[in-house]
Amino acid sequence: MDFEDTPEEAAFRHEVKTWLAEQAADYDLSKHGDISTERQLALGREFQALKAERGYAKVTWPKDLGGMGGTPMQAVIYDQEEEQYDLPTVFFAISLGMPIPVMRRFATEEQKQRYLAPALRGEEIWCQLFSEPSAGSDLGGIRLRAVREGDDWVLNGQKIWTSWAHISDFGVIITRSDPSVPKHRGMTYFFVDMKSPGVEVRPIKQAAGGGEFCEVFFTDVRIPDAARLGEVNGGWQVAIATLMEERFAVTEAAGGGASLEDTVRFLRREFDDGESAMNDPRVRDKIADWYVAESGINNFYARLLTGLSQGQLPGPEAALSKLVIASKLQQQSSSLMDICGPAGAVYPDHSVSRATDHRMAWLEAAGYRIAGGTDEILRNTIAERVLGLPGDIRLDKDVPFEKLV
Amino acid sequence: MNFDFSDEQRALQSEVQRFLSDRADLSVARAVLDDDDACFAEPVWRELVELGWAGMAIPEHYGGVGLGYLELCVLAEELGRSLAPVPFSSTIYLFAEAILRVADENVKAQMLPAVAAGDIIGTLAFAEGIGFPRPHRIKLRFENGRLHGEKWPVADAVIANHAVVLAADKRGEPCLCLVSLEQDSVERRPLHSIDPTRGQGALVFDEAKAQRLGEGGDSAWKAFRHILDAAAVLFAFEQVGGAAACLAQAIEFATERTAFGRTIGSFQAIKHKLADIYVGNQLAVSNTYYGAWALASGAEELPLAASVARVSAIQAFEAAAAENVQVHGGMGFTWEADCHLYLRRSRSLALVIGDASLWKSQITNEFERKVA
Repeated sequence: MDFEDTPEEAAFRHEVKTWLAEQAADYDLSKHGDISTERQLALGREFQALKAERGYAKVTWPKDLGGMGGTPMQAVIYDQEEEQYDLPTVFFAISLGMPIPVMRRFATEEQKQRYLAPALRGEEIWCQLFSEPSAGSDLGGIRLRAVREGDDWVLNGQKIWTSWAHISDFGVIITRSDPSVPKHRGMTYFFVDMKSPGVEVRPIKQAAGGGEFCEVFFTDVRIPDAARLGEVNGGWQVAIATLMEERFAVTEAAGGGASLEDTVRFLRREFDDGESAMNDPRVRDKIADWYVAESGINNFYARLLTGLSQGQLPGPEAALSKLVIASKLQQQSSSLMDICGPAGAVYPDHSVSRATDHRMAWLEAAGYRIAGGTDEILRNTIAERVLGLPGDIRLDKDVPFEKLV
Repeated sequence: MNFDFSDEQRALQSEVQRFLSDRADLSVARAVLDDDDACFAEPVWRELVELGWAGMAIPEHYGGVGLGYLELCVLAEELGRSLAPVPFSSTIYLFAEAILRVADENVKAQMLPAVAAGDIIGTLAFAEGIGFPRPHRIKLRFENGRLHGEKWPVADAVIANHAVVLAADKRGEPCLCLVSLEQDSVERRPLHSIDPTRGQGALVFDEAKAQRLGEGGDSAWKAFRHILDAAAVLFAFEQVGGAAACLAQAIEFATERTAFGRTIGSFQAIKHKLADIYVGNQLAVSNTYYGAWALASGAEELPLAASVARVSAIQAFEAAAAENVQVHGGMGFTWEADCHLYLRRSRSLALVIGDASLWKSQITNEFERKVA
């Protein structure tokens, strides 16, 4: 029982480490100080192009599609090494995580030739147009209409929570193509040029102040039938197929908050009365709780990676990590603010680094428990797909969609 | 990444599971529960010994099988799952570990073969009433080769024939001693506990002859804490085995029981509750593996890993056992249902070598030292 790489994995890790040491340094955001999002994006595109050249943009894809023909374990190794740096790769995560794999699976050869490579190189960015104001967890409830007109389809409606839509060139979209049949049978999947006439993107300001999510309005947007992915009214199957292909990502157990080491360093600093908070037994008790939770997540990943190393893809149980991390981040950052007393609510005069800004982490955690699968949906997923308990009773499965709204 | 047990270890685990399902199903634990005079299932213990499992991690030259901690871990998980009422933990995780850790060659040569052969039922006596011992506040005295005082509670005290005890020498320093419990000067008194499937008792020493093991003072205290660290990992495997059994029972019940026209497992309250238990169990299993790795590899971070394993396993097993009762509704709180057997065991294991907050202190102490 050990945590070691196999010789092949170790060799690949070494190769990646070396390459990153040479190439990534210039793009590490900590070297650039406070720069605009536009500037970060420009740096991101440059680095992405370098990654794509090496096949690292999609490790598991075959070389002729821009990958390096690697294993899922190698993809994880690459991610682990890249994470040691603070690189502007966030702009491409969604793009390459789902829309591009969908295109690979369902687009024509010609379309793949046109679209895959520029996306891998970061020249073009794709977004996911799924959720709507009345359809988040219930993706089958979407209403955005696609009406066939000759060789085209005309789209009307609204999408919401679309990450990076304001910088995206293209998007994959799921639409209501036939409201006269039950919900899952009347959806069609397309891809759309975000610069099409009638597409309007509005950033959403989130509760914590961030703005990567957008609303996207479609007013008489015309797209060709050639942009359809999968069968007419077969959109749900395309969506399911792609959700099954979710890339296994190892999210760090701190969930974007401060590491426990940094937390201890912060707590050691003399507080205004000269005492270190680390002397307080209540604080020490909480540190132990957080350590146990983090250790649980890290060791859970180690077990999943053991399977991955042997060729077994993780199953739906992998959903538990986000469920644990998001709530833990909320509780842990809130506790840190408590320890600071009244000062926990305010930002100090000196600039606060991300590593110690538990106020920001606390605010963001509330959204984290919702985005990418709410706590409640994740619990349902675990209960149904891991424990085999019955699905929720759905009253709308066999009712024509237009009778529901 | 190879953070798992080997195929051979898994095969051993299956063998143990098969044996225990066959020879130590819950009716065996229940029989001990229901019989005021019984504190273990002797036939099961004998068969287990005959299979060589008492000698699993005892070196071959002491008559054992010569395997290691990882094999003990999978065995422990199955013992926990089955609630088998046998003095395995006292004899192996505590007594044998103490002998291996601090005894000299002579004592090892005397004791370990007897453990492997099942001639010894052993235990570790450290508690002295309420609370947890502190190195310079131990009341049991060891002077001129004799023990005087009382230890309670002591796991399996009534059936054990040997014990390693934590005592204070004439300078008040902690020391570990080996004592035969079959002397007239030793009284073994049963104690009733909330978990009658794990025997408990008091040991009263009236100038009982005993033998010091190893050095006294700091060294003895460190050795004592190390023995508990090793035991913590093994108990943690029992706890995750028990937690898995509770979840399985709850799922089975929820899948069959109906209310309001559907199986109760189809209600989100039950689904979400069991999803949370599953998550807690998975985190605990993951942390116990970490403990197993540290124990088997002799890692310096064993005190940290063992504490994490213990705290995680305590939390998971207690939650799983409690929610298992809850899911069963009224039936869950009857003597006849199996739920309370696991509930009782989850609580007793949560206390056996010190409670969660004691071990949480160790986590923070150990972790903090590593942060520059």
